[in-house]
Amino acid sequence: MEKIFECVDLCKTFQKGRKRIEAVKNASFSIGKGEIISLVGESGSGKSTLANLMLRFLKPTGGEAFLDGKKIEDYRKKEYWKKVQAIFQDPFSSFNDFFSVKKILERAIKISSYPSPDPEERIREAVEAVNIRYEEICDKKPFELSGGQKQRLMIARIYLIKPELLIADEPTSMIDAVLRAGILELLLKLRGTTIMLITHDLALAYYISDRMLIMQNGRIVEEGEPQKILEAPEHPYTKKLIEDVPKLSEEWL
Amino acid sequence: MNLKKRAGALNKKLLIGAIIFFVILIVSFAYPPFSKRDPLEMEGMMFEPPSSLYPLGTDNFGRDVLTELIFGTKTSITIGFIAGSIATLIGTTIGVFAGYCGGNTDNILNTITNIFLVIPPILILIVISVSIQSRSILIMSLILGITSWPWTARAIRAQAQSLRNREHIKMAKLNGESLAEIIAFEVLPYLASYIVMAFILQVSTGILNEAAMSMLGLGPTDTVSLGTMLEWALLFESARIGAWWAFIPPGLAITMITFSLYLANSGMDEIVNPRLRGVV
Ligand SMILES: Nc1ncnc2c1ncn2[C@@H]1O[C@H](COP(=O)(O)OP(=O)(O)O)[C@@H](O)[C@H]1O
Ligand SMILES: [Mg+2]
Repeated sequence: MEKIFECVDLCKTFQKGRKRIEAVKNASFSIGKGEIISLVGESGSGKSTLANLMLRFLKPTGGEAFLDGKKIEDYRKKEYWKKVQAIFQDPFSSFNDFFSVKKILERAIKISSYPSPDPEERIREAVEAVNIRYEEICDKKPFELSGGQKQRLMIARIYLIKPELLIADEPTSMIDAVLRAGILELLLKLRGTTIMLITHDLALAYYISDRMLIMQNGRIVEEGEPQKILEAPEHPYTKKLIEDVPKLSEEWL
Repeated sequence: MNLKKRAGALNKKLLIGAIIFFVILIVSFAYPPFSKRDPLEMEGMMFEPPSSLYPLGTDNFGRDVLTELIFGTKTSITIGFIAGSIATLIGTTIGVFAGYCGGNTDNILNTITNIFLVIPPILILIVISVSIQSRSILIMSLILGITSWPWTARAIRAQAQSLRNREHIKMAKLNGESLAEIIAFEVLPYLASYIVMAFILQVSTGILNEAAMSMLGLGPTDTVSLGTMLEWALLFESARIGAWWAFIPPGLAITMITFSLYLANSGMDEIVNPRLRGVV
């Protein structure tokens, strides 16, 4: 499989006064084109830090990362963000409350590699694609929307930009359980875009991904296809994670 | 129910503060152009008690206290307003960049802020004032403004820091927006209410500092302000003589203005800050 992204010994150490926090330690992995890869680990294991490194919000303290074989620092940031985009977890701070939905999506279109003669038509299509009626929300401000609607709009934004790689950092962890399936379904409609799904939910990762990375204390401790990870986990931490999902081990194994 | 009642009470604070302030503002700005009296003209005898000719008596120079009071209030509010604007502008700029950018930018700006915070402002004021021969309203305002911004910078920095990790800011970055765009559209709107509140407090600080400076003999030189009225009342021992009309009116005016501004500010604070309202 053709690689779209690769990390080699990526490290990030935070210095807080005299305390050193090694949030990411020598992360090495690659992502294939079109793949859905998940990054699973408990809260605090360094998943978001790794995502921030991949998104160039943070500079690594060691190691390198490549997009399409080119070092990520060698892209101009705007060029990079055309290709690599993200969805975050907190629907309550995800949009600027002072702009209307229409304005927010217009601003997102600016970075898209696909200029269009009729931006509003494209925004309408993207919004309808996430099952929201455009007229209903186009003039609303984010604080007037529900968490689920905002999370859908986040995905509409991705439909507009059509990145090559999408990093979704716990996209469903802060919304109602009943809405999760719908959101995930919309994410999966992005087939064609490579997705890295970050989650602490092993069951979810198992369902959705082609390959899984297990992260513990800043280190990627295991990697493999979901079936293999669940049936024959090698690392003790992976085994512990599986045991912590009782339903999963009873019903599906 | 209870919440609604509270909101009503809050609005009352802001409302009363705003009404008192605007009444003072309107009287002191609308009256002077029509006044037949010059506040600096020495019409009567020293410390004449209130009469029909001098409703609030005369001061040590025989000037009409009521006319002085109205003109002086105008001067003091003007100084407070300009000084407050300067302080808010500097403080907000430094606070936003320090808080939002973090890292080395923050270290440098924060060090500068701390240096200004630990030097007593009155010291800087005295040094600047004595080295300038004549002090106009504008010079006074400038001096007061550039010495009182640090705590605004402090307050705004803390607020900007709390915004840094909000996701819409990451989104804006991912849209390829520039630092200027992010600060203008993603940061400042969220800080607007804090900036307004800081401004209100800075105006009242400016008015108080003008009075303090004037009482040290470092006030504006070519005009009458509430501070210079107190200065002369102090120098000519009006309190010992029993000429209460020379110091009570300007003292009361300063108190009323700052009180109304603090009241308005605290009302706003409770509206903006839900924790103070007991909602969260
Ligand atoms: N900006 C930062 N400064 C200092 N420490 C940080 C920072 N960001 C994250 N960390 C620390 O790095 C570790 C990993 O955090 P994070 O990547 O958010 O984990 P996760 O997303 O898996 O919950 C945590 O111990 C966290 O406290
Ligand atoms: Mg996280």
